[in-house]
Amino acid sequence: MLEMCLKHRQGGFDVDVDITTPGSGVTALFGHSGSGKTTLLRMLAGLDRPDQGRVVLNERTFVDTGRGIFIPPHQRRLGVVFQEARLFPHYRVRSNLTYARRITRGEAFDRIVSLLGIEALLDRMPGALSGGEARRVAIGRALLAEPDMLLMDEPLTGLDGARKQELLDYILRLTREIDLPILFVSHDPEELMAVAEQLVVLDQGHVVASDRLETLLSRGDMTPWLGGFEASSLLKAQVCSHDHHYHATQLILGDGQRLTLPLLDRPEGSVLRVRVRRREVAIALSSQRDSSVRNQLEAVVSAITPGAPGTLEVTLALGEQSLSSRITLEAGEALGLKPGMTVIALIRSVSLAG
Amino acid sequence: MLTPLEIEALRISLQVSGTALLIILVPGIAMAWLLARHEFFGKSLLDGIVHLPLVLPPVVVGYLLLVVMGRRGLVGSWLFDHLGLSLPFTWQGAALAGGIMAFPLLVRAVRLSLEAVDPRLEAAARTLGASRLRVFFTITLPLAVPGLVTGAVLAFARALSEFGATITFASNIPGETRTLPLALYSLIQTPGMEDAAARLCVISVVVAMVSLVASEWLARRTRRRMAGRDRGTT
Repeated sequence: MLEMCLKHRQGGFDVDVDITTPGSGVTALFGHSGSGKTTLLRMLAGLDRPDQGRVVLNERTFVDTGRGIFIPPHQRRLGVVFQEARLFPHYRVRSNLTYARRITRGEAFDRIVSLLGIEALLDRMPGALSGGEARRVAIGRALLAEPDMLLMDEPLTGLDGARKQELLDYILRLTREIDLPILFVSHDPEELMAVAEQLVVLDQGHVVASDRLETLLSRGDMTPWLGGFEASSLLKAQVCSHDHHYHATQLILGDGQRLTLPLLDRPEGSVLRVRVRRREVAIALSSQRDSSVRNQLEAVVSAITPGAPGTLEVTLALGEQSLSSRITLEAGEALGLKPGMTVIALIRSVSLAG
Repeated sequence: MLTPLEIEALRISLQVSGTALLIILVPGIAMAWLLARHEFFGKSLLDGIVHLPLVLPPVVVGYLLLVVMGRRGLVGSWLFDHLGLSLPFTWQGAALAGGIMAFPLLVRAVRLSLEAVDPRLEAAARTLGASRLRVFFTITLPLAVPGLVTGAVLAFARALSEFGATITFASNIPGETRTLPLALYSLIQTPGMEDAAARLCVISVVVAMVSLVASEWLARRTRRRMAGRDRGTT
């Protein structure tokens, strides 16, 4: 459990938050630049001292201004990955990795090094690394400090498309293979769609909303904040089977319905999240046997709200999960959609979220 | 090749300047760090005092040293009474005079390179569990080494060329405090010794050149080790 209840004033900029998030999984701080997300990360790391408030991680109090507690950054056991890699230029990669003097060799060291694909870089100087390599080393360095939580401050910013995707894939591997709570700061909806489980939306130093990402995405009133998320739904599913002939993977949703995706490199039984963009979801009143759209899910209309002029945002319930669809006003009236109706969601495309 | 007199002057010069550097190295780094990384009341005043030897006539520094460190001086009398140490008219006194004259040069160079060390690297080291002390010795100081080398060579060269404060405080005693500049001065004062004076002049130039080239080589070597630095931080 991570609690941050802080009041801080810095050059005419006020931060006033009260955040409680589970101390596990990936929690994202999302907001535009100047929303105070980096300030919060620095206070959690102990690099800045809040004027007033408390910071508690899993029953360890880092800051409590009321009781005069301030644990200095080097005693907090938090791994921080900064926006710039911040490698020490006078040490080789290996010495950078072992700087924290916790894991310095052995199986644990090898595992993290190979997880990040930096085996070949160990004897290089940081100056000879590319941007993506340097950041991977920075992540490794933070992990090898055996932190209680990993803080990542916009770790993908400034990388070009391909490098960014590559590093994102490494980070996703990490979240799957290492059981470590992560606080991920970003202003990029694409990144957050891929990694975040819990989302804290910040604006001008205040918390706008804090909940599970799927929940926030399905909330109509969050559109002004999460518009950049391209109005998508996230569905949790389990890998059911692989079909190598059709090059496809079958997923099973919580309510027993099935989804087919292009072949995924994930073991059967593993749980993952898929992303469905709102505009890729059409609605029909009955299942379409003579259609090329193969993903057809039975769902119940839970809400209909007006969207942009001439459009409707329809929220569909799929068991416990929810799926958004955008249809035209005309289509909505022609189908006679009403909350509580059972319909068929035609999903034209679905992709893996992370 | 060298006359015994020249060898003696050279030996005293190197010994005095080397000792001067040793005396001021740690206080110089500490002072540079204080001025580079801290804000406190009276900082400008302290900064001014550190730089004083740079602008004061060396004779004044030598005179002040006599007043403070002399046998009857404030500090000098204590040193003599408790440790039996007397600095005026000794080579150690000459080293002290040279060190004080060189101090501002060392502090300036080290301070500049400390200010150039990216505080974000220090913050990163702190999050990796390093105490302030460990950060200083593993990050800050090593990254400031090029400036430290430059400062040390400048200070050494300044001590080597020290004349006014030395002759005032430590006098011009052959075999004890007669460094290269003092020996040269004595030769110039002696009629018929023009050739010997010219030889000493050449020796001084060579020693100065060697130390400059050595510093350049050292600085380049440390820079090359960190070639390119961390692209992510620039």
